[in-house]
Amino acid sequence: MSASTETIERFTQQGYDAGFFTDIEQDRAEPGLSEDTIRFISAKKNEPEWLLEWRLEAYRNWLNMPEPDWQYVHYDPIDFQAICYYAAPKRDEDRPQSLDDIDPEIRETYEKLGIPLHEQEMLAGVAVDAVFDSVSVATSYKEKLAEQGVIFCSMSEAVHDHPELVRKYLGTVVPPGDNFFAALNSAVFTDGSFVFIPKGVRCPMELSTYFRINAANTGQFERTLIIAEDSSYVSYLEGCTAPMRDENQLHAAVVELVALDDAEIKYSTVQNWYPGNKEGKGGIYNFVTKRGVCAGDRSKISWTQVETGSAITWKYPSVVMRGDDSVGEFYSVAVSRMRQQADTGTKMIHLGKNTRSTIVSKGISAGQGQQVYRGLVRIAPTAENARNYSQCDSMLMGSECGAHTFPYLDVNNSTAQLEHEATTSKIGEDQLLYCMSRGISQEDAISLIVNGFCKEVFRELPMEFAVEAQKLLEITLEDSVG
Amino acid sequence: MALLEIRNLHVSVEGTEVLKGVDLTLDSGKVHAIMGPNGGGKSTLAKVLVGDEAYEITEGEILYEGEDILELPPEERARMGIFLGFQYPVEIPGVSNTYFLKAAVNAIRKHHGQDEMDAMDFLQLVKERAKRVKLDESLLQRPVNDGFSGGEKKRNEIFHMSVLEPKLCILDETDSGLDIDALRIVSDGVNAMRSEERGFLVITHYQRLLDYIVPDVVHVFVDGRIVKTGDKELAKQLEVDGYAAFEEAAA
Repeated sequence: MSASTETIERFTQQGYDAGFFTDIEQDRAEPGLSEDTIRFISAKKNEPEWLLEWRLEAYRNWLNMPEPDWQYVHYDPIDFQAICYYAAPKRDEDRPQSLDDIDPEIRETYEKLGIPLHEQEMLAGVAVDAVFDSVSVATSYKEKLAEQGVIFCSMSEAVHDHPELVRKYLGTVVPPGDNFFAALNSAVFTDGSFVFIPKGVRCPMELSTYFRINAANTGQFERTLIIAEDSSYVSYLEGCTAPMRDENQLHAAVVELVALDDAEIKYSTVQNWYPGNKEGKGGIYNFVTKRGVCAGDRSKISWTQVETGSAITWKYPSVVMRGDDSVGEFYSVAVSRMRQQADTGTKMIHLGKNTRSTIVSKGISAGQGQQVYRGLVRIAPTAENARNYSQCDSMLMGSECGAHTFPYLDVNNSTAQLEHEATTSKIGEDQLLYCMSRGISQEDAISLIVNGFCKEVFRELPMEFAVEAQKLLEITLEDSVG
Repeated sequence: MALLEIRNLHVSVEGTEVLKGVDLTLDSGKVHAIMGPNGGGKSTLAKVLVGDEAYEITEGEILYEGEDILELPPEERARMGIFLGFQYPVEIPGVSNTYFLKAAVNAIRKHHGQDEMDAMDFLQLVKERAKRVKLDESLLQRPVNDGFSGGEKKRNEIFHMSVLEPKLCILDETDSGLDIDALRIVSDGVNAMRSEERGFLVITHYQRLLDYIVPDVVHVFVDGRIVKTGDKELAKQLEVDGYAAFEEAAA
């Protein structure tokens, strides 16, 4: 066995660093899904009638929708009646008023992940709305943000405190009947973030939410809504890890972004959920619908993601460019190792004149990981002078993994200009030998090569996030060679 | 003690023997040239010396400064002072040439118990050495070999060598793909590094390079072994007669 084969073995058997489990009493719904479950969730959250009706309508839609099967991923059928749709830390009535009030056990969990909240606040100047399971347990910097009129709170709070905004925008980007998993989310979503940036305001800090899935056998259904009014700007960071569990955990989030005239939203994700063990057992099913609408002229929406976790990823952060001269961007690094499967990419829908989109996708496959890039660029008849640039690069480590590219183009206006570039490379023995023969260790060589490969995406991330992402990638790909 | 001593080296790749008993002794301060037809195993020898795991050593020894290095991984050998200028330098997209070299220099320094090099000192060193091999300064910030012309890649190898200052310099067909001006620049870079502390193993197909880098010893390498050893005149004779006589003898 050559040294590199050995390192592949070591790599595929490597444990999950964030795999630990916090024991917290759960206040949870019985497993199963019915109108009663939805009423339970809605009542638990003390929601207004209109929202309950909205949920129920989504549920009735969902009942008539087929589960999609066109993705290039394989998994056993999900038993939606076996899932528990609501779990919250018990002290629901008595929410912590500041970070000091947070359960030490929860704080310890964060510290194990290397993201202590207090340090983050002080060092990074990041406002943190931490979601532990389904209920927000901490919101900070709220006052400072409020001075500027920025609203940053949990979705549950927004429903109570800003019902007119929630009602106006919820489901306008991803309608309740959009797709199977979006409909499910609309019916049972528990919490998430709500962000509103008023006209002309440049949000004074990066907004950040750390998600965690912590209850056994509990689906996590986040719902996030970000609205940027005219000429405003916001950068939103989302990052998460999950403790090691045996059962598959379904995660079907929905994220909606709305950018009005001259507004800009930058949405960055670092995702490191439990990928399952080396036999492919356990791990998160990450079936997410993320979409932004450039509703106003000259608006801009930019998705940047670094995806290293989850057993199965099914996600296409998209931008609908409705306003003239609006811009959509998608920068992605996705890693599939062990038996991870990812079918991911983006949709760029050009409706307005002079709309421009950029897609940069970097896929890394290792072990027996399978990775698909699936991207749609649609130029509507109304989209005069639309432009798109797509670049999809795949890197293979080892000989048992796979990379597949499915680009879809739908061009209905002859003035459109589209460019597509795609490459597939293998981390070659020759590349490694070259680095090592200059004195660089094998592990450093891999991290050097991989970071170089992902550079165009990393430089789109906010500074502190870029460092974290780079570190995550290094830990993930430690000892992986082909 | 010899800088490099190869004894009865047999090497196989995927079951086929490619080196069939190589013996060679190289002393510090000397330049040895290895000449021979394509496919004779010259590049294999170079790769085996730096520890390429694609090859299986079935018999023999490689001693570097008296120490058996066969079990050492490539990075260990590099840190001890062995350098290979590749025949086909590899591209590393997204990694700047300077950043790459800094990683290499500091790995080597760490091995010798030295602190990391000061960033400003390093930059100065890199600029000075780039000038020596007339490497355009813009190539320092570009990703390693990415989009470099053939000549630039070879010059970059010599540049790396002059920054890392190895004791054993192996150059694999560094002359291939170079025009006459580039050949002169590369040779000047090599000649500037010739010293009593350093030995060179220069692998080439053509005698031309040896007009610029004048060897102390010339080996003719055919079918996996050295079939004749002589001085620089041997190279000139080969230029006239070709390898045919040796190939027949080997067959």
